[in-house]
Amino acid sequence: MKDLLAVAMLLSIYGLLSASFFVAMDAVDVAFTEASVGAGISTLLMLVAISMTGRAEHPSRHKPLLALAVVIVTGSLLIYGTLDMPYFGSAEAPIHQHIAPRYINDSMQEIGVPNIVTSVLASYRAFDTFGEVVVIFTAGMGVLALLSVVRRSPVDIAKIVLFNDAMHERHLILRIVTKIMIPFILLFAFYVQFHGDFGPGGGFQAGVIFASAIFVYTMLFGMNTARRVINQSFIQVLAAIGVLLYGCVGVVSLFNGKKFFDYSALAIDPVAGQHLGILFIELGVGLTVASVMVIIFFNFAGRNETPRNSDKQDL
Amino acid sequence: MIVHLPILQVIIPLMAAPLCLLLTRPRLAWLFSLIASGLAFLISGMLLQQVMTSGTIIYEMGGWEAPWGIEYRIDQLNALLLLIISALSTIVLFAAETSIHKEIPADKHTLFYVLYLLSLAAMLGIVATGDAFNVFVFLEISSLSAYALIALGQDRRALWASYQYLIMGTIGATFILIGIGLMYQMTGTLNMYDLSIRLPEVAQTRTVFTAFAFVIVGICLKLAMFPLHLWLPNAYAYAPSIVTAFFAATATKVAIYLLIRFTFSVFGLSFSFTHLPLQLLFVTLGLVGVFVASTAAIYQTNVKHLFAYSSIAQIGYMIVGFSISTAAGLTATLLHLFNHALMKGALFLALGAVMYRIGSTQLSNFQGLGRQMPVTMAAIVIGGLSLIGVPLTVGFVSKWYLVLAVIENGWWPVAVLILAGSLLAIVYVWRIVEVAYFKPALAGTETIQEAPLSFLIPVWTLVIANIYFGIDTRLSVQVAQAASQSLFGVSP
Repeated sequence: MKDLLAVAMLLSIYGLLSASFFVAMDAVDVAFTEASVGAGISTLLMLVAISMTGRAEHPSRHKPLLALAVVIVTGSLLIYGTLDMPYFGSAEAPIHQHIAPRYINDSMQEIGVPNIVTSVLASYRAFDTFGEVVVIFTAGMGVLALLSVVRRSPVDIAKIVLFNDAMHERHLILRIVTKIMIPFILLFAFYVQFHGDFGPGGGFQAGVIFASAIFVYTMLFGMNTARRVINQSFIQVLAAIGVLLYGCVGVVSLFNGKKFFDYSALAIDPVAGQHLGILFIELGVGLTVASVMVIIFFNFAGRNETPRNSDKQDL
Repeated sequence: MIVHLPILQVIIPLMAAPLCLLLTRPRLAWLFSLIASGLAFLISGMLLQQVMTSGTIIYEMGGWEAPWGIEYRIDQLNALLLLIISALSTIVLFAAETSIHKEIPADKHTLFYVLYLLSLAAMLGIVATGDAFNVFVFLEISSLSAYALIALGQDRRALWASYQYLIMGTIGATFILIGIGLMYQMTGTLNMYDLSIRLPEVAQTRTVFTAFAFVIVGICLKLAMFPLHLWLPNAYAYAPSIVTAFFAATATKVAIYLLIRFTFSVFGLSFSFTHLPLQLLFVTLGLVGVFVASTAAIYQTNVKHLFAYSSIAQIGYMIVGFSISTAAGLTATLLHLFNHALMKGALFLALGAVMYRIGSTQLSNFQGLGRQMPVTMAAIVIGGLSLIGVPLTVGFVSKWYLVLAVIENGWWPVAVLILAGSLLAIVYVWRIVEVAYFKPALAGTETIQEAPLSFLIPVWTLVIANIYFGIDTRLSVQVAQAASQSLFGVSP
């Protein structure tokens, strides 16, 4: 495959397929994440990157033999490793015997959230999830540090505005349909955000869905319209606040004399405390994920709109 | 608050990072990061003391006990690493404001500190945790921030170097993740201590063997161990000076820590070293690494490249000590880990000062620097002597223990080769000395002045530490011995 657009599309299809695999394995939360991140937002970001750089892959001068050998060795080692694995779905498998029973049997009394996945990731292993949020925050900071748009002269900006307006005038039907869709996408994002306790969902998926609504809006109405709605530095502050909100939940438990992320310190009734803690941290996750996605998108797209690259912008 | 020290160790720099973003003034951000890093240093000192007197500290996140929740488990080994990382980070950060002033555009200074703090917090997190998956999460933070920090270098080649590192680092992290996933499948747990109890039951399965292979190869990629070292020289050479000094002193140490932790604590000594020909493999690769990298160092024209290759060689020594798989060998590795952090911290920071004054680290530009920047050059010379292993420096101490451990094991040829490796170090250090002291200054460089105090203070702090710990070895040797003995005591 030399056409990168096709590669990105195939990757998206792959994401969707693996999402359906996860559904078949009853891992709906994972499937939801894979569908929104793997099939959704990462494809969008890849498309933006392709529109910045060009569609065709440069021919490589390397002989791929060594790489092929390494891949074959790795692959056969992986297959070798599966030989002694417990059978799929076997109830005797260690993963079902050791720590999972407590999550399944006791999480309702201990945390009081029907979705066990949410209990595990937001309370039992809250620190890992905090780490993941920081990973996303780090990614956003990395993009900002490397790609942040340089200030342009007013003349340049005027050129860009003209160019963008000309381009965005074209897709009339898309614009109207999207305008109708966006409120529903945003509403769905909020539903996913706050319903994560009961069904599949949570801050990660909600943040991504929320951000994709903004992406679509920006793609069809142009960066300048979007900039009027979303202030760049404000978004950066929001990303930081999301991480801080998450972390502060832990700090509050510290000050109440409990362990870090022990939500039972947040209210008199431990289960109510767990609820409150999960609500706050999911909010922090959603904030950071959404704002980092927007930061990444704006910085990618912002570089793209320089007049030099304008002939390539035909997305 | 004393019970909460383990978590505060990580959480203070971690929370300071987003706060730092909110402080838009770069100077304020620097001061703030310095305070955060200093606090982490203070805490690591207290933790080390606590561990040495009263043994392993366990901290359960969220109040959930271990295999269900995540725990921090601080023993002598972690405590030593935490101390090294936070101490070096604080000292290097001291010079950061002056250094990045010339190397990074002004509007990115705040972001630099944010990324620096994230990277620091992530390394501390990797070391402190007792949970295998948590290691991976923090490894991701540390890798992402490292890629961004390296790409901030002013040379355009920094981007390419960072990209190479990104590809290699991602492969490494993915391998580690696959390994952890396979271990989870066979044992049903992610907690390291729990794994060490449950793995021996299934040790004979092919899945566990595969898991071990993936984890070790993944770590070795991160470690830049000899055949997998290709990303390191460029990444170190083109990164901003401060970043190089910080990573050279800490990042590979974290990978060594992971190697020790997984082979000795998680998989256990008997599995790691008797089932597989690991010992022979590692000692060979370690020694070949020493020679190849030292020889490559001799031919470099950029001093940053030169010391980067020397870092790969020093990793080779650590791998040799590790592969002996006796308490004495591990002590030597840990000592060298501590000492190498001091040497490379001092050397790369001094190079940062050179960069600040002459804007380049090409060897040809070093002509006459012995007279123009005498204090900085003296630091580089002492650092170089330490690298060679001259008595009264820390380099001697670690070589001494390494050679003793090797001889104790009866590996005479290896001991000879280690000493021969030091001879190569003499050659590459001498090249710098020769150019800096015995060649006349280039025309038009008369105005070059000594580096500012904000460089000299941290550089000389490290240089004095190099000499102090070379004479008074009580602290370093005692902790390293306690750590290696605890690993041999605990491991099943």
